[in-house]
Amino acid sequence: MSQVSKEEILHIAKLANLNLKDDEIEKYIDNLEDILNFANVVNNANLEGLGETIGANENQNVFRKDEIKEFKNRDLLLQNAPEQERGMFKIPKVIQ
Amino acid sequence: MENIIDLTVHELIEKLEKKEIKVTDITKAYIDRINEKENDVQAFVTTTCEEAMKKSEEIQKKIDKGEKLGNFAGIPIGIKDNMCTKGVRTTCSSKMLENFISPYDATVVEKLNNEEIISLGKLNMDEFAMGASTEYSYFKKTRNPWNLNTVPGGSSGGSASAVAAKLVPWALGSDTGGSIRQPASFCGVVGLKPTYGLVSRYGLVAFASSLDQIGPITKNVQDSAILLNIIAGHDERDTTCENRQKEDYTKALINDVKGMKIGVPKEYFGEGINPEVKQKLEQAIEKYKELGAEIEEFSLDIAEYALAAYYIIACAEASSNLGRFDGIRYGYRTNKFNSLKDIYRNSRSEGFGDEVKRRIILGTYVLSSGYYDAYYKKAQQVRTLVRKEFDKAFEKYDVLLTPTSPTVAFEIGTRSDNPLEMYLADICTVSVNIGGLPGISVPCGVDSNGMPIGMQLIGNRFCENKIIRVAYTYEQNTDFREKYKPEFKK
Repeated sequence: MSQVSKEEILHIAKLANLNLKDDEIEKYIDNLEDILNFANVVNNANLEGLGETIGANENQNVFRKDEIKEFKNRDLLLQNAPEQERGMFKIPKVIQ
Repeated sequence: MENIIDLTVHELIEKLEKKEIKVTDITKAYIDRINEKENDVQAFVTTTCEEAMKKSEEIQKKIDKGEKLGNFAGIPIGIKDNMCTKGVRTTCSSKMLENFISPYDATVVEKLNNEEIISLGKLNMDEFAMGASTEYSYFKKTRNPWNLNTVPGGSSGGSASAVAAKLVPWALGSDTGGSIRQPASFCGVVGLKPTYGLVSRYGLVAFASSLDQIGPITKNVQDSAILLNIIAGHDERDTTCENRQKEDYTKALINDVKGMKIGVPKEYFGEGINPEVKQKLEQAIEKYKELGAEIEEFSLDIAEYALAAYYIIACAEASSNLGRFDGIRYGYRTNKFNSLKDIYRNSRSEGFGDEVKRRIILGTYVLSSGYYDAYYKKAQQVRTLVRKEFDKAFEKYDVLLTPTSPTVAFEIGTRSDNPLEMYLADICTVSVNIGGLPGISVPCGVDSNGMPIGMQLIGNRFCENKIIRVAYTYEQNTDFREKYKPEFKK
């Protein structure tokens, strides 16, 4: 049985840049334990000697020329920014 | 004349060629239908009816002037709302992207535009394609036109529901673990997930990059082959999209399965499969025998492993892919912040829904140090196992036949509070994604409540032609579309 502690879930949430409310902590612990218990069946599979497949394709490198392709319409890129100033993305001060 | 919205796309094309109808008639008929039925089914996040009408008038003018246009000029379509469309918002049914307008078109959208196919709008889905019922959309719950109290399936629920309700003649969906095939099955339409690498994913908002694939949801198999012809093909902008000789899938529309070998994995008919689903599948198998196919039962004991591996891999990749949503360049931004870190955390916590957060947490967990070997590495090994087992099966069989889903469409609200139960709905479909294979779902009957049941045909990599042929033969020798129609039961 997989058991997830409150400290663990808070650590994971921090890594994922998410805040969890108290009721969410309880709920996600329950959900996570449920799903992990199910996911544990991968340990029953006979995987001896099997390599890892990282993608659906045969593993190979795909090369192309390293050429710059300009995207000319800067306004279209900036139109989705929550805050912008003089053609730049705006964020709060980082260095105190 | 037959009602325009009852026609398949290839029938529409024939009528256009013979000048029996105008492209403006087609667009108008579908817009009228949307106005009549969208309230019942709630399939769209955004409709673009006005623009569509304008475009169809422009195309009609060209036709009237005698200009030579492509076969598909003026045919309408619906697009799942996770494919980028320049100028029309792409939300992924998430608060995070509620107002996101892509600066470019996805490759598949570009291909539709090149054919002058007209978009009627963007279709609802589970948030970021995570779900099996479309109940996890931030905006609305799409209904199944066969019974409005049931779900359309998911995550491409808006696409399947819109095709079934005839709000669009065909649609694009995307499939990471069954998200085209399962809703197609629930809504009594045809859904095809192509081989991984056949269709470009450029401009498809990424969920699990090693599994995602775009595919057609259509009224019948012929339309599916036609739409696949349009969207398939190499694209430099997606390095996983393979550079292969272009194939004409309509050549596979052959009404004959004599001598073809169909393998039936017995594990897919065991415990957990609804008896009525099983019965209809057995009838379909009998049909294939009658038509001269060679049917053999065999053992393919991978479904459970594949499902577990799927949720580990898909969530791991999702947690990484969704890291880009930070409230800086695009997407939702919180108004509660003092620091940059606050922007990240609060924007993500307020912008993502419950299921998305659950999967990010699971994905982060299985990738975190101490658990990587126990889960992620094992899951990648299971992926090798699944591929090997499928390879073995395809040494013997042309296609494999299973149910698309263990059940018919379930009632809205009955599973959305139990994530694990929702995940189990994908048991028949995920191994196909894990193996990178093509799969198609075709309707094969209804249960005692009149709800559609789907049959899944699985092919070897890049053998779309075989599943199309086997599906087409079944469809030509049965009468699902004539016999059963969605009734919008309330």
